Amino acid sequence: MSPGMDFAAEVTKTSTGEALQFWVLAAVALIGALATVFMKKAVHSALALVTTMMCLAIFYLAQGAVFLGIVQIVVYTGAIMMLFLFVLMLVGVSSVDSLKETLKGQRIAAAGLGLGFGILLTAAIANASITHFTALATKSAGSRPVYPAETDDEALRAVSQGNVQGLAHQIFTKYIWAFEMTSALLITAAVGAMVLAHRERLVPRKTQRELSEERVRDNKQVAPLPTPGVYARHNAVDVPALLPDGSVSELSINGTLRARGQIRDVSAEAVHSVAALETAGADDDDEAWPDESDAPASAPVPTARQEHEDPDPGSGDEVGAGAGSKEGRS
Amino acid sequence: MNPVNYLYLSALLFTIGAAGVLLRRNAIVVFMCVELMLNACNLAFVTFGRMHDNLDGQIIAFFTMVVAACEVVVGLSIIIAIFRSRRSASVDDASLMKW
Repeated sequence: MSPGMDFAAEVTKTSTGEALQFWVLAAVALIGALATVFMKKAVHSALALVTTMMCLAIFYLAQGAVFLGIVQIVVYTGAIMMLFLFVLMLVGVSSVDSLKETLKGQRIAAAGLGLGFGILLTAAIANASITHFTALATKSAGSRPVYPAETDDEALRAVSQGNVQGLAHQIFTKYIWAFEMTSALLITAAVGAMVLAHRERLVPRKTQRELSEERVRDNKQVAPLPTPGVYARHNAVDVPALLPDGSVSELSINGTLRARGQIRDVSAEAVHSVAALETAGADDDDEAWPDESDAPASAPVPTARQEHEDPDPGSGDEVGAGAGSKEGRS
Repeated sequence: MNPVNYLYLSALLFTIGAAGVLLRRNAIVVFMCVELMLNACNLAFVTFGRMHDNLDGQIIAFFTMVVAACEVVVGLSIIIAIFRSRRSASVDDASLMKW
């Protein structure tokens, strides 16, 4: 083996640490990407995509693209994905993916196309016979770096000062026109977003009086929406109210919660306890609730500290508990 | 490890993103898959730049990020506008201009 070949073999290798990092994080990134595609809820997809993007940021950092790695975290996961989540909360939480195929066999064809495309890309990379590279970011200390793109002295100095300096030098000299176009693009995008999201009010805003008169005229829901009733066990927003016959009132639950499938249905339990209440009679309420916790909330529960301090174990009543707590505070 | 593995990973991520664009119906998820494809391209750019010891790859990745940010802003506002008029974020429902 010639020394030249030896050198090439040395240059094509990354450090073992980077290899280990790559294999671990590549698996995480792939799992995140697959979860982005296959998660049922869009919020989960967004979180999976954040995972993938963080892995990519670490890859950028590992490959010497320090500036890009930080920008990836700040701009992509910090700004863009949060914008996605914001719009999801605004729009898409209640929207489930429709399983209806508008084009016949589209899913199968899409999966087949994706698979074929992946095989094609992978084969193309494998076929490209990339055996050695000009350089790697993690070179051995002795070798002097070469910069084929810019050979004038100033650029060389800028690149050798670091990643950010080199990028700045390139952006503000060689790519200055593209950079200026970027600013025009950003302004256009901002104006476009404002135009698209803006809504002109065509009719004057309705006052509270007009709204209430409209409700009475429609005669659909004149009274407020149903709240948990007399026999209600919960007044949480995700527990539907019960109508007098024990059935669930659909109106008492927010539509978003229903779309998310986050309703806690305790109607069976509630009906059961109502029946128990009615059989036990109305004279003793505490006995009638079967699965309520046995000790009432007001009863003092002697703590270990209180027992330790209190010489008389028999004084477990409310007065003793109050005195004990006062002692503990002082 | 050979740095070409980064390219393989990039190809796989791009493929997964493309398949997601074709498979999913929720416009926002489709959009996230487009972002995944853009990110995969960025990884390839950075890797190529490293292979050739050249900052141009990183600069192109940087511009891709800027364009992606613009695209997200405009695209999400389009999704919101469609949602307002049609009460749906599904790409199948925006079929008013279909012949």
